[in-house]
Amino acid sequence: MTDTPVLLSLSNITKRFGALTANDSISLDLHRGEILALLGENGAGKTTLMNILFGHYVQDEGDVRVLGNGGLRALPPGSPGAALRAGIGMVHQHFTLAENLSGLANIRLGTEPLVSFGREGAARAKVQKIIAESGLDVDLERRVADLTVGEKQRIEILKALYRDAKVLILDEPTAVLTPQEAEGLFAVLRRLAANGLGVIFISHKLGEVLAVSHRILVLRGGKTAGELETAVADRRAIADLMVGKAVAAVVRTPANPGEVLFALEDVSLHGAGGGRALSGVHLTLRAGEVVGLAGVSGNGQSGIAALISGLAVPTSGTMRLYGDTVTRPDPRALVAKGVARMPEDRQHDGVVGTMSVADNIAIEEVRSGAFSRMGLLDRKAMRERAASAISAYDVRCQGPDAEARLLSGGNVQKLILARVLERGPRVILANQPTRGLDVGAQAEVHRRILAARDRGAAVLVISEDLDELFALADRFVVVHAGELQDAGPSDGLDRGTIGLMMAGQGPAAAELAS
Amino acid sequence: MNVRLEPRENASVGLRLCVSLAAGVAALLLVAIPVLLAGRSPLEAYALMIQGAFGSMFALSETLNRATPLILTGLAAAVAFRAKLWNIGAEGQLYIGALAAVCVGSGLLQLPPALMLPTVMIAGFLAGGLMMVIPAVIKQRFGADEVVITLLLNFVVILFIQMLVEGPLKDPLSMGWPQSVPLIAEAKLPKLLPRLRMHWGLIVGVVAALALWLMVRKTVLGFEIRAVGENKAAARFAGIPVDATMLKVALISGGLAGLAGVGEVAGVKGYLSADLSPGFGYSGIVVAMLAGLSPIGTVLAALFVAAVFVGADSMSRATGISSYIADLVVALSLLCVLVGSFFLRFRLRFGQQSVGA
Ligand SMILES: Nc1ncnc2c1ncn2[C@@H]1O[C@H](COP(=O)(O)OP(=O)(O)OP(=O)(O)O)[C@@H](O)[C@H]1O
Ligand SMILES: [Mg+2]
Repeated sequence: MTDTPVLLSLSNITKRFGALTANDSISLDLHRGEILALLGENGAGKTTLMNILFGHYVQDEGDVRVLGNGGLRALPPGSPGAALRAGIGMVHQHFTLAENLSGLANIRLGTEPLVSFGREGAARAKVQKIIAESGLDVDLERRVADLTVGEKQRIEILKALYRDAKVLILDEPTAVLTPQEAEGLFAVLRRLAANGLGVIFISHKLGEVLAVSHRILVLRGGKTAGELETAVADRRAIADLMVGKAVAAVVRTPANPGEVLFALEDVSLHGAGGGRALSGVHLTLRAGEVVGLAGVSGNGQSGIAALISGLAVPTSGTMRLYGDTVTRPDPRALVAKGVARMPEDRQHDGVVGTMSVADNIAIEEVRSGAFSRMGLLDRKAMRERAASAISAYDVRCQGPDAEARLLSGGNVQKLILARVLERGPRVILANQPTRGLDVGAQAEVHRRILAARDRGAAVLVISEDLDELFALADRFVVVHAGELQDAGPSDGLDRGTIGLMMAGQGPAAAELAS
Repeated sequence: MNVRLEPRENASVGLRLCVSLAAGVAALLLVAIPVLLAGRSPLEAYALMIQGAFGSMFALSETLNRATPLILTGLAAAVAFRAKLWNIGAEGQLYIGALAAVCVGSGLLQLPPALMLPTVMIAGFLAGGLMMVIPAVIKQRFGADEVVITLLLNFVVILFIQMLVEGPLKDPLSMGWPQSVPLIAEAKLPKLLPRLRMHWGLIVGVVAALALWLMVRKTVLGFEIRAVGENKAAARFAGIPVDATMLKVALISGGLAGLAGVGEVAGVKGYLSADLSPGFGYSGIVVAMLAGLSPIGTVLAALFVAAVFVGADSMSRATGISSYIADLVVALSLLCVLVGSFFLRFRLRFGQQSVGA
């Protein structure tokens, strides 16, 4: 790739937040047609670097230069407008689309006056041309609110390309995609790169990094830890660079299932939108056993999660906790009874950004004796609990009083894990437990989930990552179109069978086909 | 040279204070322009305003008297807005609180003197609170917008009060004036000093501000209100009863506005009439915004607004400049605070323009 011209060049970028140096003299070049993967532990400074590049933050030192007419030109810092004009497109992990407008309107938003009759045709033609060239197929007329996550992401990418981006930045684009959607995205990225675009993408999934990138840049603690040509890299070498040591794989010992702690008996959930509907679901979670829930997202996972989280009650059927019927949804009561719940969307449901790390760790139990007495908060206890959680779960932040919104994505997830796992829960809903975590943290979470199992907790893991499910689950269930099927113990299972069941074929049919 | 805006990651307390002060100064500088146009010296006008607001014991008493209802309606707005409950109805809640005070305190109810005043205050608090709980319940049940409901209720309440003071509650001894029967002596808030109008309602307001401040920082309820106000979805997921918390906020907010009404009836006028409040409920919103929704700041902002109004009145008598200047000062201060809060979120950077790409 070094034979093509440099599109973008960062030199000696340094960014400090108070005492913390989030980026320490980082330099990188991006060439035409190159896909550069940016890797690093949670809190290594990846998002910060991209935010500087896009003008959201202003660097303390160093500069950004972009290929303009005639050569590399310095980009004025702190100006997203200038970054856009210079051809930098960014797809944030949290989409920035107007939900009630159509895809096309979103793509045009901000580029032209709002009222521009007549030019809609030209705009559509331009978008259609981009779609044809890139393979980013999506219905432009539908309201964004009705699109899937993957489709929303396509709109975001189209939006960047519509503005003639030369450089496309994607911050953990695959974290929220199904494996199929991720494959589609990679095909698009390869085509775009072949057409001369430069791509920077951030990911924690080494497999996809190896599959799609040309070059890998690893950050560690805000510094450049190393740079590799993907062709000569392997998982081992990358993990070495990221954490400075090899990550030990977690080994799952045979389970020793005990009594049933949680059960759904013939449960249906109606009238719930967003892929939450369920019909006639049977699910039992036993002490000392991890059940893996596989399925293409949107088939009812969120319904099951809502039930266990105490946010919904069955329309019909029975939900039992420790044998007792649960009749009213009540997160607080479930928490008090020892149910640990991880929200799927951690930023939206998991933390209150403007409250502190300590507040967010105590939030589920503020009313309990642990953190309050007679309606008065016990700040000291909250802070102590936070301090121990921060060190036990390696939450990178400036301390218990730091606002949660300042944490990096992966560190928010660690905060939530610390909140729910530290109390020694008996039933655990692990919904996408390692989404956005770096490899080291992933292994750590897997270790903790298995440790909880061995302690006698009943665990349900919901994940789109089959590797993760096979690493953790003793038994599989598969959800398709709101119905749940038992797939049996994980030891006799292979991916093909699970894949067929995810596509809606019964276990028997899946058995025959495999 | 060029000027850029950079998002600020954090704003320190010192910076917040500076911005508030700078906003006040900027507002005064801006108001100097119309004063100059009127052919007067702004310095002289401001000196007269300050004298009019603080220059004598009487002036100070008038300012504090005026600040008293503003503290309470300001707190009503601040506590509700923090929880993202948009209570625009403090004016109506104030009148309902005053009405409750009259109903309980005009001699109909026989109580030992020591219990009379607390009962009047509790009645006013509950009545005002109820006036806000109802819109909050309607919002939760039917999704109706509380801004519209509380705003419209203000007009309904005023008409209702007019009807009462012309009819059933009318004082037979009022010589035809539309005002209610007076409160009995035991139901009145004592004056703070003899011969001056300021009364114990001021202490109630300051205590309420301190209590709210403590509540937000130290209590479980304050924690829950913050969580619900900042991220409803996360609060619900974490098991905080969102609807119940909102109703508590509504009760507290409406109740504080109701107390403002009690203060005006039991501390100043002694009876209820339809001109009890010159828009204290609405000014409370301005006060809360000036204070950045902080309870202690609300006390200071209420003092500021009260001083501007009282000072402008006396200045206008002395110079002939219209006392509308007070509205101008308050409105411009609010604008300046809003502009200032922009600078809390962004920082100005001056730097050499690099080659535009
Ligand atoms: N505005 C801010 N104020 C203070 N600290 C910040 C701010 N933004 C980021 N940080 C800190 O800077 C560090 C780097 O954060 P960044 O978001 O760049 O990490 P990241 O590499 O993207 O991690 P992840 O993989 O978890 O997303 C973190 O420790 C984070 O807490
Ligand atoms: Mg990040």
